[in-house]
Amino acid sequence: MKEQDQERKKIISVSNLSKIYDMGAVKVHALRGIDMDIKEGEFTAIMGHSGSGKSTLLNILGCLDVPTEGKYYLDDADVSHLNKNQLARMRNRKIGFVFQTYNLLPRTSALENVELPMLYNPDIRRKERKDRAMNSLELVGLTDWSGHFPNQLSGGQQQRVAIARALVNDPVIMLADEPTGNLDTRTSFEVMEIFQELNEKGITIALVTHEADISKFASRNLLFRDGKIRKETVTENIKNAREELEKLPPEDEEME
Amino acid sequence: MNEKRRRRGDEEINELIKSLYKKMNLLNLFVIALRSLNKNKIRSLLTMLGIIIGVASVIAMLAIGQGSRDSIESQISGLGSNVIMVFPGATFRGGVATAAGSAQSLEMDDLEAIRASCTSVKYISPVARSNGQIIAGSNNWNSSIRGVFNEYLDIRNIEVESGSRFSETDEKRASKVCIIGQTVAENLFDEYTDPVGEKIRINKIPFTVIGLLNEKGQGGMGEDQDDIIYAPFSTVQRRMRGDRQNISQIYISAVSEEKIELASEEIDELLRARKNISKYEDPPFNIRTQTEIVEMFTSTSNTMMVLLAGIASISLIVGGIGIMNIMLVSVTERTREIGLRMAVGARGKDILRQFLLEAILLSLLGGLIGAAFGVLSSRLFVTIMDWPVTVSSYSVVLAFSFAFIIGVFFGWYPAGKAARLIPMDALRFE
Repeated sequence: MKEQDQERKKIISVSNLSKIYDMGAVKVHALRGIDMDIKEGEFTAIMGHSGSGKSTLLNILGCLDVPTEGKYYLDDADVSHLNKNQLARMRNRKIGFVFQTYNLLPRTSALENVELPMLYNPDIRRKERKDRAMNSLELVGLTDWSGHFPNQLSGGQQQRVAIARALVNDPVIMLADEPTGNLDTRTSFEVMEIFQELNEKGITIALVTHEADISKFASRNLLFRDGKIRKETVTENIKNAREELEKLPPEDEEME
Repeated sequence: MNEKRRRRGDEEINELIKSLYKKMNLLNLFVIALRSLNKNKIRSLLTMLGIIIGVASVIAMLAIGQGSRDSIESQISGLGSNVIMVFPGATFRGGVATAAGSAQSLEMDDLEAIRASCTSVKYISPVARSNGQIIAGSNNWNSSIRGVFNEYLDIRNIEVESGSRFSETDEKRASKVCIIGQTVAENLFDEYTDPVGEKIRINKIPFTVIGLLNEKGQGGMGEDQDDIIYAPFSTVQRRMRGDRQNISQIYISAVSEEKIELASEEIDELLRARKNISKYEDPPFNIRTQTEIVEMFTSTSNTMMVLLAGIASISLIVGGIGIMNIMLVSVTERTREIGLRMAVGARGKDILRQFLLEAILLSLLGGLIGAAFGVLSSRLFVTIMDWPVTVSSYSVVLAFSFAFIIGVFFGWYPAGKAARLIPMDALRFE
């Protein structure tokens, strides 16, 4: 097991990463020297209270922000000093985002929503764009819903469309920021089930959450506090989302 | 050598592929912009409204202006071809000015001199005006009579429908012959009588009708151009006005349109020489060219046109500001969308282009609809109000390109604002 781990490629490698927000009078140290790796095929949960720096880290990992200090290698490329346009290109080619609030375009079909990242990649032709979007929707089990608008979908379905969108550009890592924050327990487990399925297929996932029971679905936990990693644990008994779903009382009863 | 050439070929192919990618990127942007306009149909339509009204009114106003100008021009060109008119000037008797044209300063000798020495002059004819009661059988009519040379008909492009024109002997002998207009003929004769060869009496002097004029219709000032009788100049001058010397007006036709100015200068020089008047004095005669008259009238209608088009373009600009407003609101409203687009890989440039393209598409579409409305409403002016309206293609092109420029101009600021958003903040925007 350990040897296998050594051979695995590092998707993300961060060393001595700091982020300081200059708020004029005060300087906020959001991250204080983070060292961490995420290897290919890992399912990492980043835990922590609000203000612990986990969102800042996710923004930097997602190339939405740049660190004040330190090095960040994404898929063997140094991205700590890229300019805006280069960062945009990295986000487009290497990263898949899933947000707490789904962030789907309103009045836009599920299929078109999934197509969106590919519209910013001129290498992908129209025909390929549609095929890939459909494949992606199939992975999250929404093939029959491709023509529906977000307001015609449930919260869980909307999040699944967002996951399909994150997958479509074939990213090296999927970053999810509180993906279950707006969902009830059952739907949360459904979404986690999809994450686990995708992870089994070899997709690297990093997920930010403050819910302890959600982090149990991930293979590895990083606990953040005050801009530092306080604890790193490898989950002993990874919960299986499908089994957890079955343990829940039937939906009809829950409705009452 | 070969290696180099091949490498260069590869580079060319790479360039080609790159440019192809760029095109595809633009195509994608087009798809993005069209999709988002389509998602907000009502908003898009309302935004376009200002441009639609602006473009339509610019086109309609220019059409009305152009139409009135064209009609004035055609009416003035009805004066004749390359016409120059010479009038005697006003005289001062003891310091009191008399009416213009009252001076007895133009004589037959002057006319003959112009004919003999001004090379740019093609036709020349004096005009003697009179009017009177005309009687034919039991009918009578009052009309104006003009004594003219035969050439006058050529100067004014007057055509004789039936019968003949004056002969040289008519002029020499002051023959009592005349050519009458359609209105005169209608009032003196019934429709079964051919006026040619009939006898009429003008102020009790018996005349023989030798010709009937073509119908000319209404003149530029609303006068009936067919209510007229032409007789030889000498006949009117001597028999009706009892004057032998003075000419009240000379009509001249220059050899060509370009020579009008030259002819008028030649005439001016000649008359000044004959009357011993230096260049710096006011001459006792006035020379008016057709171009001057056209200019006088068109300058008025030009002012009108500029005014109308000015008001219309203000509405276009207001329409543009409307676009900017809605785009600004739209940028704020779609902040999260912009954030998301950036998160999935849109560069600032892509966002700028998207919003700019949306603004341009809006204004172009508005321009298109507006142009259609403009042409349509111009047609309506023609059919309903019977206004002389000319839709010129240049006004359509002008209004359309103006709309495009406005789209770019007023689209830039909101688009730039959108492009400068920071993805993280935009995503968190509530």
